[in-house]
This record gives sequence, C-alpha cells and structure tokens, in this order.
Amino acid sequence: MRFLLDTEQRAFAASLDAMLTAADTPRAVRDWSRGEHARGRALWARIAEAGVFALAVPEAYEGLGPRPVELAVAFVELGRHAVPGPLVETVVAATLLLDPGPAKRFLPALASGESTATVAHEGSYAVDGDAATLRLALAADGLRLAPGHGPVRPSLDPARRLTRLLPGGELLAPDPPVDRALLWARLATAAQALGVGLALLERTVAYVGQRVQFGVPIGSFQAVKHRLADAKTALEFARPLVLGAAVTMAPADVAAAKVSACEASYATARTALQLHGAIGYTAEYDLSLWLTKARALRTAWGTPDECRAEILAARA
Amino acid sequence: MDLDFTPAEEAFRAEARAWLRAHVPPVPLPSLETGEGFAAHRTWEAELAADRWSVVNWPARYGGRDAGLIRWLVFEEEYYAAGAPGRVGQNGVSLLAPTLFDHGTQEQRARVLPSMATGEVVWAQAWSEPEAGSDLASLRSRAVRADGGWRLSGQKTWSSRAAFADRAFGLFRSDPAPARPHQGLTYLMFDLRAPGVTVRPIGRLDGKPAFAELFLDDVFVPDEDVIGEAGQGWRVAMSTAGDERGLTLRSPGRFLAAADRLHGLWRDRGCPAWARDRVADALSGARAYQLFAYAAASRFLDGESIGPESSLNKVFWSEYDIALHETALDLLGEEGESADSAWAEAYVFALAGPVYAGTNEIQRDIIAERLLGLPKGRR
Repeated sequence: MRFLLDTEQRAFAASLDAMLTAADTPRAVRDWSRGEHARGRALWARIAEAGVFALAVPEAYEGLGPRPVELAVAFVELGRHAVPGPLVETVVAATLLLDPGPAKRFLPALASGESTATVAHEGSYAVDGDAATLRLALAADGLRLAPGHGPVRPSLDPARRLTRLLPGGELLAPDPPVDRALLWARLATAAQALGVGLALLERTVAYVGQRVQFGVPIGSFQAVKHRLADAKTALEFARPLVLGAAVTMAPADVAAAKVSACEASYATARTALQLHGAIGYTAEYDLSLWLTKARALRTAWGTPDECRAEILAARA
Repeated sequence: MDLDFTPAEEAFRAEARAWLRAHVPPVPLPSLETGEGFAAHRTWEAELAADRWSVVNWPARYGGRDAGLIRWLVFEEEYYAAGAPGRVGQNGVSLLAPTLFDHGTQEQRARVLPSMATGEVVWAQAWSEPEAGSDLASLRSRAVRADGGWRLSGQKTWSSRAAFADRAFGLFRSDPAPARPHQGLTYLMFDLRAPGVTVRPIGRLDGKPAFAELFLDDVFVPDEDVIGEAGQGWRVAMSTAGDERGLTLRSPGRFLAAADRLHGLWRDRGCPAWARDRVADALSGARAYQLFAYAAASRFLDGESIGPESSLNKVFWSEYDIALHETALDLLGEEGESADSAWAEAYVFALAGPVYAGTNEIQRDIIAERLLGLPKGRR
C-alpha cells in the first residue's frame, strides 16, 4: 500500500502547471465566453500534446489509457488554471465509444486533441456544443452523432456555453457503456472542482496577505484565518477521496469524491468571495472565473443528491 | 499509487480478525468512565496484551509486534469493526509512549512501557491547569530541585481518566523566572497515589467522572522520572502534542466503524429521507479520513514528518465525530435522550473533541499561519 503520487505523476502535474501558468488562461476564458475559440483551441492543443486526453483512450486507439489516476492529476491542474472548454465531456466521449467501429473512427482524434467533443442526454444542455467538433447525444435508442445544436445560452460560468443538441443523427452504438462513462465524468469533474477550490484558496490567501485595513493585512485577523483554515481542511480531505476514487473506480468512491470535492470547492468559493469583498464580486477581476466554475461543477455530471444516493446504494 | 495491501498485511488482518472474533466480549463492557467499567477495561487490556494485540506497532520487547504504521491502521480497522471495547490505556499509549520512544531513556522505556501495554498501569495526562489551557506555557505548577529528584506543587485540571488512573505525566515550571514562558519547563512522570497527591474526580456533562483535578503538595519525584532534560519540557511535550492531534489519537478505524453503525441505525429506522444526506456524508467522511491517513502513513514511511498537518486532522475528526453522533441521536428521537445508551455516551465524548488536544481555534490558527502562511496577528 503506497497511497501517494509517485515522482512521475508529480512531475506530470508540475509540467502541466508550468505550461498553464505561462499560457494566460484567464484571457483564453474571456475570449471563449464571447464565442471566440482560437486562443482556447491553441491551449487545448498543448494540453492534448501533454497527453491529457489520451489518458482516457485505450492504447489500441492511439491513447495512453485507461489511466484514471493520471487523468485525475491532470484535471486538478486544468481546474486550478480555469481552462475553458468541454474538457470533461471529451473524456466522457472517449469512454463511451467502446465498439471497435466508432472507436477506430473517433478515438485517435480525441486522444491527439484534433477533435473536441461534447456529450449530453437528449434534451439536456450540452456544454460548448458550438465549439465541439464531435457532438454526442445519449438518446433512448443509444448513442447518436447529433446533427447540430440549437441556440447558445450563457451559463452562470461564462466559460461554459450551453446548447441543446438537435435530435436524430447517426446511431453510433445501440448500447453504450453509460455507467462507465459516468464514473469517468464524475471523477474528472471532481478533480477539476478540487483544482478550482485550490486556486480559489491560493488566490484568496495571497489577497488577504496584501489587503490592508485598520493598518494591518486582513489575513492577520482570526475571523479571516479561520474561514481559510476551514477551506483548507475541506479541500485537503477531498483530495484523498479524489485520488482514492481514481485508484478503485468504485461507483460509491467516485460519488463520494464528486460530492466532497464539489462541496469543498463551492464552500471555498463562498469564502473567497467574502474575503475579497466587492472586488471579488466583479466580472473584470479574474477571481470570478473560478467562482462561477465552482458553482457550475457542483451540479455537472451528478448533483450532490444523486451522488449521495450512489454512496448509500453501495451499502444497500 | 495503490491501495493494495501485501499478502503479509492481509494475513495480519485475517489473524487480527480471527482473534477479535474469538475474544471480543459479546456484551459491551460498562462505561470506562465508571469505577466498575474501568476495572473491566483493564482486564480487557490484559487479555489483549496476553496475545500481543494491545500495542501492535511497538517493538516486541515491550509487548508489541513491530507492526509498523500500516499494520497499525489495519489492526484498528479490524478492532473497531469487531465492536471491541474503547481503550482505557489510550492516554499512555498514544501520548506518553511516543514521547518515551523519542525522548526517554532505555531504562524508562524498559520500566514504563511493558506495564502500560498490559493495562497494569494506566496513565493520565496532566497538562492543563486552571489558568493554562490553550496558553499552556503560562502554567504555574512548580518543580523544585530536591535531593535525588524534584518536589512538585500546584494544581492540574481536566486530567482525562485521572479519577481511576495510576500514574500521570505533565509539565512543570522548574525555572520560576525564565526569559520566555516556553523555557524552564520540565516534563515529569508521577504517581497519582504518592503522598501529597489529592485527586478530585470531576463529572463531565453526563455526570460520569471522566476526568479529575489534581492537587499536588510537595510531591517527591525521583530524577529517573524526568523525561528528556530538565528545562527542556516544552520541546519534549510538543512532540507529544503532534501525535495527539495526528493519527494515533483517533484512528480511522474508529470512524469507519461508527459510520457503518450509523448507516445501520438509519436503515433500521426505515431510511428516513431527512437524514439521508447526513448519513451519506458520514460514510464519505469516514472514507476521506481513512484515505487521508493512508496518505499520511505513506509519506511517513517515505521519511517525511507529518508536522502541522496534524492540525487538519484534528479539526476534521473532531467536527466529524460530533456531526455523526448528532445524526445518530436525532435518528433515535426520544430514545436519544436516554443517557445510558452507547450512542449517548459516544455523543458526550465527541462533544469534547473540539476542546481538548488544543482547541480547534488554536488548530485553525496553526493551519492558517503554518500551512497557509498567513501573517501572525492579535488573537
């Protein structure tokens, strides 16, 4: 038993972190929210080049996977840097396309980053349907290649643009592995949310160390410290759940990781907003990019209620 | 990155499970916070020790199995899953013993540890004083040099288990005018039945004498009972405090078992919807705590020290423990009010969690200043 990231896994996280730090992701997010995808696509290509999307794709289809632990490590970094785009959905698409025909046709491009995907149940919102090159609909009769999407609606998180997929289209798989895909979706979302929470905490710690009131940094006030200590505690206990779920891929573990990471991240967002004061409430300050994502991820790919039901179902 | 145990660790788990199945008393022992229960728990400790299950991670020569941290975690999971009794020797085993391993002499280890392992000598912690709790360095109890040892005077309070324990360990001021309050303290062991010691049991919320105050009037302690160097007590004691907040005070096994029992209680009550989220959160909280401990143990085995991260641990388990037991009492409804149930006893015990072992306010300061790097300020 060695429940600890190894040197290679830590180096992978550090290299993603360095690359994303240099990439000015806030600017890519702001472009993305206006429907300008060029900067986001360039970023996407570099993330794919680092191997992130290949982690969910089997080696037989030019991937590196399945490697859920590395995927979780990567998604923490994507969350920390507020990377825009249908990141989780592209992973979900990769895990849904198991039949050799569609797998051969779509997976190599997903692994390489050449294509991006969105996935949704028919009638639900698909994230970034306008930007994705592959739009998959989970319909009553199986997995379909949607022929297009409806109008774009804004999300509470400007980096996630909501669309409904048009019905019909080519039937790719009559019986896709939906349960398996849901596990990967929840794991990736949990890891991303953890990263979002860590970034919110880090930025808030930096802010309260600089912001002076009553002649001292507000970070020296116990009321401020204790909120941040609670955020730190919640995030540090969500982290092993996320990594542990990636190791076992057991539905209850993944559900626990999802609900705990998302709640910790959301609580950290509330704390971050409060401690930043009015500047945190503005769209022009970068903090907002993480604040709104924490809210959106909380209900993406499994509400808290659905995840808790899964935890209890495992014990029935 | 794996959660797999080695065949040897699995064999250890199986051996522990089989032993516990054969030995755990079928009827719960009376509360260890009563005289009768204390005696019964002492007998249980002796039974554990007879087959070397009382202190599995200690060296064999002191009654352990040299089992290491991972097997200790495994043992604790099995121990609490089996519904085995609470550990009356916990103060000694989890607080004094690690201190002796780090700072004690060979002679002290050989003298103190074997009788601690069997429950023959039960230890109480004597740190707090009426005016020294969170600000522990302000303590006033004195140790005055005497021929061949020290003479202790003063008052200690909130001393867990001291109502029935045999011996105690604590900090005393040996230099009345130090340059700084953390200096000039000496860490000593003393006999609770020595001449000059008066033990006054204090009833906790439910009236059970779970702790006591100690009045010390010129109590002689020989030099052999000083732990570490005289005057260096603060440094010695702080290594114990880390253990206390860290893993060893509250093992994950305890909460995994408690969450499991809570889930059972919820199901027995017809799975009421209002408690659903709280039960699910208790289950994932126990899992989080288990995995956090596995990660800490893995780091520890890599040679890293745990340090201020033990404050995260302490805040987490103490709040978790209360939430879990509150849910249980709410599920029990009217029955939850009855003070003699195991759930009520555990609830009252949990309520003290955020207070002892360094209040959660102090722990949050440590997290903020030492883990997050926030500036020190007025409290």
